[in-house]
Order: sequence, then C-alpha cells, then structure tokens
Amino acid sequence: MDFLRPASWEEALAAKAEHPTAVPIAGGTDVMVEINFDHRRPEYLLDLNRVGELREWEVGADTVRLGASVPYTQIMENLRTELPGLALASHTVASPQIRNRGGVGGNLGTASPAGDAHPALLAADCEVEVESVRGSRLIPIDAFYTGVKRNALAADELIRSVHIKKADGPQQYSKVGTRNAMVIAVCAFGIALHPETRTVRTGIGSAAPTPIRAAAAEEFLNAALEEGGFWDSRKIITPSIAKQFAQLAAGAANPIDDVRGTASYRRHAVGIMARRTLTWTWESYRGNGRTTEGVA
Amino acid sequence: MGSTRTTGVPTKLTQGSQTKGGIGESTLRPDGTLKVTGEFAYSSDMWHEDMLWGQTLRSTVAHAEIVSIDTSEALAQSGVYAVLTYDDLPAEMKKYGLELQDTPVLAHGKVRHHGEPVALVAADHPETARRAAAKIKIEYRELPLVTDEASATAPGAVLVHEGRDDEYIKHVPHPNIVHRQPIIRGDADEAAKKADVVVRGEYTFGMQDQAFLGPESGLAVPAEDGGVDLYVATQWLHSDLEQIAPVLGLPEEKVRMTLSGVGGAFGGREDISMQIHACLLALRTGKPVKIVYNRFESFFGHVHRHPAKLYYEHGATRDGKLTHMRCRIVLDGGAYASASPAVVGNASSLSVGPYVIDDVDIEAIALYTNNPPCGAMRGFGAVQACFAYEAQMDKLAAKLGMDPVELRQLNAMEQGTLLPTGQVVDSPAPVAEILRRVKSRPLPPERQWESSEGADVRQLPGGLSNTTHGEGVVRGVGYAVGIKNVGFSEGFDDYSTAKVRMEVINGEPVATVHTAMAEVGQGGVTVHAQIARTELGVTQVTIHPADTQVGSAGSSSASRQTYVTGGAVKNSCELVREKVLELGRRKFGTYHPAWATAELRLEGGKVVTDGGEVLGDLVDVLEDESVEVEAEWRHRPTEPFDLRTGQGNGHVQYSFAAHRAVVEVDTELGLVKVIELACAQDVGKALNPLSVLGQIQGGTTQGLGVAVMEEIIVDPKTAKVKNPSFTDYLIPTILDTPTIPVDVLELADEHAPYGLRGIGEAPTLSSTPAVLAAIRNATGLELNRTPVRPEHLTGTA
Amino acid sequence: MRVNFTVNGRQQEADDVWEGESLLYVLRERMGLPGSKNACEQGECGSCTVRLDGVPVCACLVAAGQVEGREVVTVEGLADFAKQRAEHGGCASGACGTPLQEAQRWRADPAKGAMDSGTGEVGGGNPDATLSPIQQAFIDAGAVQCGFCTPGLLIAADEMLEHNPQPTDADIREALSGNLCRCTGYEKILDAVRLAAARQDRQGLQEGAV
Repeated sequence: MDFLRPASWEEALAAKAEHPTAVPIAGGTDVMVEINFDHRRPEYLLDLNRVGELREWEVGADTVRLGASVPYTQIMENLRTELPGLALASHTVASPQIRNRGGVGGNLGTASPAGDAHPALLAADCEVEVESVRGSRLIPIDAFYTGVKRNALAADELIRSVHIKKADGPQQYSKVGTRNAMVIAVCAFGIALHPETRTVRTGIGSAAPTPIRAAAAEEFLNAALEEGGFWDSRKIITPSIAKQFAQLAAGAANPIDDVRGTASYRRHAVGIMARRTLTWTWESYRGNGRTTEGVA
Repeated sequence: MGSTRTTGVPTKLTQGSQTKGGIGESTLRPDGTLKVTGEFAYSSDMWHEDMLWGQTLRSTVAHAEIVSIDTSEALAQSGVYAVLTYDDLPAEMKKYGLELQDTPVLAHGKVRHHGEPVALVAADHPETARRAAAKIKIEYRELPLVTDEASATAPGAVLVHEGRDDEYIKHVPHPNIVHRQPIIRGDADEAAKKADVVVRGEYTFGMQDQAFLGPESGLAVPAEDGGVDLYVATQWLHSDLEQIAPVLGLPEEKVRMTLSGVGGAFGGREDISMQIHACLLALRTGKPVKIVYNRFESFFGHVHRHPAKLYYEHGATRDGKLTHMRCRIVLDGGAYASASPAVVGNASSLSVGPYVIDDVDIEAIALYTNNPPCGAMRGFGAVQACFAYEAQMDKLAAKLGMDPVELRQLNAMEQGTLLPTGQVVDSPAPVAEILRRVKSRPLPPERQWESSEGADVRQLPGGLSNTTHGEGVVRGVGYAVGIKNVGFSEGFDDYSTAKVRMEVINGEPVATVHTAMAEVGQGGVTVHAQIARTELGVTQVTIHPADTQVGSAGSSSASRQTYVTGGAVKNSCELVREKVLELGRRKFGTYHPAWATAELRLEGGKVVTDGGEVLGDLVDVLEDESVEVEAEWRHRPTEPFDLRTGQGNGHVQYSFAAHRAVVEVDTELGLVKVIELACAQDVGKALNPLSVLGQIQGGTTQGLGVAVMEEIIVDPKTAKVKNPSFTDYLIPTILDTPTIPVDVLELADEHAPYGLRGIGEAPTLSSTPAVLAAIRNATGLELNRTPVRPEHLTGTA
Repeated sequence: MRVNFTVNGRQQEADDVWEGESLLYVLRERMGLPGSKNACEQGECGSCTVRLDGVPVCACLVAAGQVEGREVVTVEGLADFAKQRAEHGGCASGACGTPLQEAQRWRADPAKGAMDSGTGEVGGGNPDATLSPIQQAFIDAGAVQCGFCTPGLLIAADEMLEHNPQPTDADIREALSGNLCRCTGYEKILDAVRLAAARQDRQGLQEGAV
C-alpha cells in the first residue's frame, strides 16, 4: 500500500490520473473501517486532508458551492439558512466525532444508498463538481448515482464540491434508525419546497439500490398544489393529498430485507416520513413553522 | 527474555492515609486516577520489546469437515514466525471448557460453528499476520446444519458432538441436548382444575452480546524455565489456569497468570478466548506474543447470552391467586457447552419468578447446535425466564381485570416461601415492597419534549434523526420484578481466598490485601480496601494485583464477588486481627486487664475496648513485625438438584429488583424512547452506596438494550452471524438511556457478610420485561419476543 | 513511511509505519500512549476520541499519514491541556474550541513523562495528582467503572464544556452521543459532567468576584 499526500488540488488530480485505482481518503469514515476490518487493501490511499479548498464553501447568489470535505459540523453550524435540509441531514450523521471530519464528498464517493446526505442533496437539487487532469464537469445529482455503491465518476476524477441550490423554501429531513443516535439509516426521506418554481423535490435513502427521488409522488404533489392554488392561498394541505403523496413515496421505494430492517418496514416508514415532512415543510411555508430544538 | 521490559504490568493500588472510608461509605475507586489519566493498563495495552502479534484464522462456515489445511504459503511470508494448527498442539489434552471439556483449542477434523478457530499465526506486525492468515488454504466439506430444537432432535439429526462421554449424556434424551433439568412439585394437572383463568404464551428471547468495550487481548511472555507469564483480562484466573496448563503440557506453576486491566466482562470473559493461543505461539516462537481482537473478531471470540424459546402456562383463581404453572424453556447453547448446564439449572429453578406457586411442572434444556456458542451473561438463565413469566403476569392481570402490580403483590414470595425446588427462602424477600416503591414514585411529566419554542427531538422517539415532532407518540407504563440467585449453586464448592498482611510502614499501620479477584469494573478493589479499614482500623490499604500466586477467588460473576471474596477478605482480616491482638496481649497484656477481659477492636490505628477505651497504638503492637494470613472462605454449602424432580437446596442467596418503565412510542414508525426506568432493589447492605447505584443503573441499561435493540442475528439457513460489528449490533447510547432513579433497600441477610446481598445481576432481569410491558401498554400489541424492533410494532415484520 | 506530528505538545516521529495504520495504532503501539482505547475501530464507540488540531475525532478513523505535521491531544495530555487553557483565560474570549495556533503554542510538561504508563502507585482522588476538572469529576461522581470508555468520554466532555460551559442535560446527552459506555448506564457520567460544569461555574464566579 502506498500513501499519497498531495499538498494541493492540482497534485491530487495528478496523483489520481497517475494512479486511477487510488482510493481517496478525507474523513476516513468509510475507508478506515474497511482497512481496520481487513475488508479492503487499496494499492494507494490518496489523502485529501491537505487540500485546503476542499474544506471551504462559497455562498453565491443562487447556489452554495460546498467543498467536498467541509465537515458536517460546519454545515450544521454555518449553513442552516442556505441548506436547511442538508443541515438537518448532517445532524443525523453518526456521532459528533465523525461529523467533525466527514463531509458530503465521502457520502458521494462511497455512494452507499445509506449515506445520510443523499436524500437532502436530491431534494435540494444540486450538481456535483468533479475534476480530473482532463478538466472539470458538473454532474446533475439525478445522474450521479448509477448503481449499488456506484457513481458517475470516471477513474481519474475526484469530487471537488457540490453546487447546491440555496433554499427558496422550507426543507426537511427524517431518518429512521433503531437507536436514538449514532445509527445507520434503516431508511431516510428528504423534502424541499421550491416556491420559486412551485415545485417540490424529494429524496429517499436506504430504500432502493441507490438514493432515489420519489418521482411519481413529486409529480402528483406538484399537480395537486398547482390545481388547488395552494402556493398562493397557503392553505392547509388536505389530508387526502398528504396521504396520496405518502403512498406514492412509499411506492417509489424498492427496498430489501437486511439486518437493519425489513423491506416491508422500510416502505411503510418512507410513507410515514413523507407525510410528516410534507406537513412540517408546508406548515412552515404557511408561516406556522416552529423551531425544533436539537435539530441542526 | 525475562529481562526485557514489559509495559503495562499492573502495579499495586494504594489509597493513602488521607483516605477515609470503611464499609457503608461511598469511598472512591483506588484505580480512579489511573483510569482517568489513561495510565491504567488494560490487557490490550500490554507491550513488550520485540513482541510478535498473534492472529487467529477462523472458520468461514458453520458446520463442515476440514478436508485439508495448507499452511506452507503463510509460513513462507517474510516476518512470519509461526503458523499453528491442531497438529502442532503440544499436549495430550487438546480441548478445554468451563463445565465440559468439549472445545478444541484449534479445530480438529471439523468445525462446528461460524468463526471457530482453525489456525494461528505469529508475525512481526498485525498486518503481516493478517496477510499470512489469509494465505492459509483450508478446504471444507459442508455438513448439514443443526440450528434449532426441531433440527437438533429430528430423527436422524446430525450430531454436533459424536461419542459424548460427559456426565450429562446419561440423563439427556438426545445427544444434541447438553443438559436437561425438570422440576416437578405438587400436581400441576390437579391444581389446574382449580383455575378460573388460564393464560398461555410462547416467548422468544434473542441472542444478546455482552459487548464489553475492551476487546479480548493479552500478552504471553515465554520464561526461561520453559513456562510462560500470561497477562490477560478474565473473570476468573484460576479457572483459566486449570484449562490452559493441560493443553500447554505444563504444570500449573509454570503458567503464571496476572490480571491485566479488564474493559468490562458481563459473563463474556468466563470462557477462554485468546489465552491458550497466545501461550502456544509464545512457547513455539520463544518470543512474547500479543493478541488483540478487533470488534469483528470479538463477536466470535466469546460466548453470548443463550437465545431461548419459552412456553408458559399459568392459572389463577378469579381473585388472582396463582394455581399452577407449567413451562418449558429451550435454550440454544450453540456448538460448545460453555456454561450451558448451569444456565439450565438457573432457568429451571428460577422459572416461576418471585411468586408463590405450589404446583409446577417445569422443564429446561440447552441444545447443542451449530449456532454460535452461548454461555454466561449477566443474569444467566434467569433473564430469559423473567422476560416470559412477567409477560405472563401482565396477560393474566388483563384477563382477570386486575391491576398488574396488585396481581404480582398478591402472589409475591416472602421470607419463608418454598421455592419449586423445595428450598426455603431463608432471608428477606421484599418482593411486594419493591413493587410498591416503584409504583408509588410520581410519574415523569407528560410531553417533556414540548416547549413554547417547539419540540426537542432529542427527547422524542427517533432522537436526532428527526422522525417525529410529537406525531404518533403514545406513552406507556409497565412493571416487572425478578429473582436472581447469588453465587454458585447446585453443590459447587464456591469459595474464595484472601491474603491479608498488616505491618507498619513509615510509622503508619498499613494493610495489604491480595486476592485473585478479577476487578472487571465492579469496584471490588474499592470494597476490599473498605473492609480492611473497617476490620483492621487502618486508613492506608494497598491492593495487590490479582494473580495466581494466591489461591482462587472464584469468578467475578453470579453477583458473588462482594459476598464471597469480600467475605474472604473480611475473614482473613479477622484472623489477622486476632493475631495482632495476640501480639498485643503478649507485649502489653500485663499493663491493663482489659487486654484479657474485654472485647477488643481495631479502630483509628489503635486497639480499643468495646467500651471505647484505647489500649494501645497498632504501631507499638506491631513494631517491625508483619502479620499475614492467607485463608479460604466459603458460604453455606448448596446441593445439586435431583435430576428427575429438581428438588434440592441448590441456591445460597437471592437478589430481588423491580422496575417501572415509562416509554413513549412513535406508534406509526415503531420507534421507542424510554423516558424513565425506575428501580427498587434490596441490597442487604450497601458496602459502597455509589458503586451500588452504578451496578444497578448499568444492569438496568443492559436490560433496556435487549428490550429494544440488541440482538446477534444468525442466518437460519447458514448459521452464520450477520451483524458482528458495532454498526449493526447496537447498544444503548446516552440518548437512548433514560434517567434511572434507584430506591435501595437494606434488609440484612443474616447468613451473609455484613448482611450484604449480591447486586449486579438482578437489575438486568426486570428491566427488559418492564420496558416490554410499557411498550405493550402504549401500543396494545402482544409482543412475545425481545428485542422488539420497529417492524414488530408496525405490522411489517 | 515516516510520520511526524505533535502529541501532547511533544514532537513525535514514527518510522516504518504501514500505510494502513490508524492514528490510534500509532499512538498506542508506537508512541507508548495507550490511553486512547481500541474498543471498536469503526467509529462507533468514541473510546479513541482525541483532539486533532483541537477538534474531537475518532483516532481509529484517521489514517496515520493524515496527521503529518498536525497536533494531537490524548487523554494522557488532557490535564496539562486543561491547565494551559485555564491559564489562558479558558473560553472567555468567545473563541471557543481550540484554534490551531493556540494548540500549536501549547506544550505538555515534559517532566511528567507521558511515556511511562502503568507504573507507580497512584490513588483515587489523590489531591497530589494534577487532574483536569472533568477528570476529577469523573472520579468523584462514580462515572468510572471498567474505565475503557472513560478516556474518550473525557476528551468529548471536556471539549463540550469548553464551548458550552452551562449545558442542559439534553446538551450533554447530545454531545456524548458518540461515546458508548457499557458499565454505568450513563447516569453517573451525566452527574460527572454536571459536577464539572458546576465547579467551573463556581470557580468562574469566584474569579469574577476578585
């Protein structure tokens, strides 16, 4: 095993070009466990800790350019207004210690369906900025996840940042685990209201081979809100709409049975979380949102 | 070899002359400072110049014939010093075991469970050892699996152990049953006719892991005399020694064991793990060998709590008096016996719980299967039974339309009650009282998570995961009570040994206490010093490290150490005191008649009469002499249970705890938040009240864990463990653990030292059924298994 | 490979480090600092919590090569670390957490000999031993049983009190939710943190009154 320690982004890209099998390591949350438990022996480890720009973020007019290694703690503390869904998701990541080092780059690189950030990224809408010595490109989040623990990165590419749409409306995030802290998702749900475009986007984690959006649920809800004039009237969402949305969200899930939960439970829980988070975001949009302590 | 430095060798713990604290005081731990500064050396912290790292290769299948093992490629690796298999074992004896010697040091011919040790490697770096182990080629031919009672006892079932010749085979109905203990008293069939109401239930208890945080580890250092010095974390040094020496082919005196720092135990260190393996590698290579399991391996490195199926029938008259009980308890012992026979004895003899039932028909068995071996864990057979009989009590109360606590109190045992074994409970048994205490405690306020600013998710089911802001949340309250035996039962010669010395050092009388008691976190070292202060009137006490240079202390298990080794320390102190007084009489007896006539005690460094008159200073009595006594001490003998009727005075003491659980359940998502878990327990006498609370709160939390999250999941198709990690075997975090108010009763047991009662296990019993009862109360669901998972609460299992 | 970094104020160098080694392994097996504990090695228990450039992290998830040139504080250096912090006015500046510059200025007392573990006779609650307030509180409150989780909890709790000197119970629970304890049921750990906070508060008041 070789340990590559690039001092700059350019050096990192060069190293990845030279050693396409190199495994990037930043927060170490996934990679070090695989090494400690002898599940993986990469030929090269590519340390990204010395690349300072990966830990920076820029708030632009419409988007936040979030460095791949910005720790979840920083997202929780500094980006609650711009990225409320991701801030909530960040708060559910593992433990304080892990949130101090881990960032969205790791979730995206591993592309496990259980990664906590995915549903929030899908719901907020974003593009993943990846780069290689060949150049840089932006991959829409909807095209990023290509299979179980697979993503759209080429072998020589590294994740530089994520360009996330700044929230133009309320966002929520829920995750079911069988413990009240430090737990991997049994399943998770993210939702973002986008009043500017009068759309709602969603994300589902751990309930399909990849993180997914609940497309049919979104379509239904977008149409129902439009037809009912809800965006303008800001009236309360009728229970039948919430119910149908929840059913469609549950229907979008394509989960498996595993040690963390049954497929049947996951589908059920996605529906419950969809209904609740829709209610929370919509009430907030209506101006009745209450703060929730302990939430990022 | 012996001259190079070993780091982490335990040293004496001394609490200096400013330390106060005899029995009954909350004296602080003598190892506290070492533990908060990181200087306390645990078994995994041991280090020796030039040491090698040992690695265990374990079976990847549960039941298979070993067709061939090829170690040549592994041995050829640079940095590898030894590769050992069964063929390399040096002695005639190649097996070990706590009760039956049925466990191979390394697999021979076949493997019987997933993760069984097959080969060992010693190398100069753990990674070198791992890579070499990966190069050992083993060809398996898989065999049919035995995974439950049906497959174990089916006609033509594969035998997990062929040719058994142990003492239990004579009375078990099938060779795949380790031990069977029936208990018959009265006439259950006849008594059942008097029942107005009968409830039946089939209950399932999942496989719980001790999940101690300090992994199995230690260091074996070969010695110049051909023996070995072994530093390990264990619960019982002498039991280890008896199992280690024969397979090494060494006399016991050439295997010198010292207790390293122990990172928790809870029963999981009763059995041998890496001890023999490290010694074998050290003796083969002539170098010190360290073995440290990682968490993955730890799940295969020790036995777990027996999962169980329990079938219960209770009857009662219309006014709630229990008429009879029938039960059948099937414990899955896995591939090797470990402590299964004793667990069966406990499960059967305590299967009625703390209730008066004259007519019972009880059977408990432990199976041999190809599942992971199961053995000791805190509560030891009584835990599984308590989960079931307490569920039955609630079911019965519901059917009778009675308050569940009143039903329990109506049938509660008390001093003088006969157990189903025919044994009289001859010390206080305040079962009704501890139930009253938890019930009379005010309930925590509702909706504590709510404030004017919104919901605090940290106080709601789901916690930080933000799953509810109050939606679907329903409160429930549940009660349970349990009975646990203290000490080793069924005729076992249960004793401990203490060596106590008294001498003057720097002008001050000092006591030194040397036992082989394993300090596993429980605070035995604190209590020993307190006993010495009380009995010998000194302030400064030194605790000698535990090792095999002193007689056996028995195990740090069965809630027994304060009773038995505490009793041994007290006894040796008394013998030392007699000698000191004798010395005093010789020196000063002529100066004061009270030396001969009065009751004398040692107090504040002086010899004092019962009237309070000071006769002399210990410093003057002792001068430069030291008085030392090493003596064994025993509690009252017990006797075995009759193999057909289960009758016999099998137990020495009992421990009772009751819990009230208050939970909030997100009924839509099936997530549970325990709000409060109040406990009342009789401890006889609290030798160290602070430690008593720590034991009760810790035990309570382990019970909470197995109620809602903890379970080792074994795939029934492959008998392989599916979740050997802390990612998927979950234990409670601080956000899962509620406040645990404790009500301590001190009703002395006149048979025990200071009237004390063993305390460590009882709270683990009643905590689980109390939480389950509260969840049932919140959801209206029947819930016949533990742990209860979200899918069980949402109909999506 | 070779790795250079600062541990408890001392420059340290490790040679022949295998690239897959964690910071935890290097501390425990190469630097004679086994105080950080190896309970799970998968970031699920917090027993190995150390401060890396001031930030609490799981040492088991830090690759050895990643600490090159950085600052690490372990439980062995906690008492000195806390003492230095107190002498520099604690968190009064509002710049809570430990900035990198401050961490780099900090040096352990070399006379203490952090390498010499497990020797000497030490007593519980010994007033002669220099302990940080959180360490003393853990002893006094009975928060230590087997003690394997204790080093990680001390680092996490100390850091929380640094930026949240008057935590609510929910705050304490949240801050310590990454640290498993199997012995205590956490009740005495909560007591210990409350005790340390109260003592800190009282001391602050007294100093304020002078």
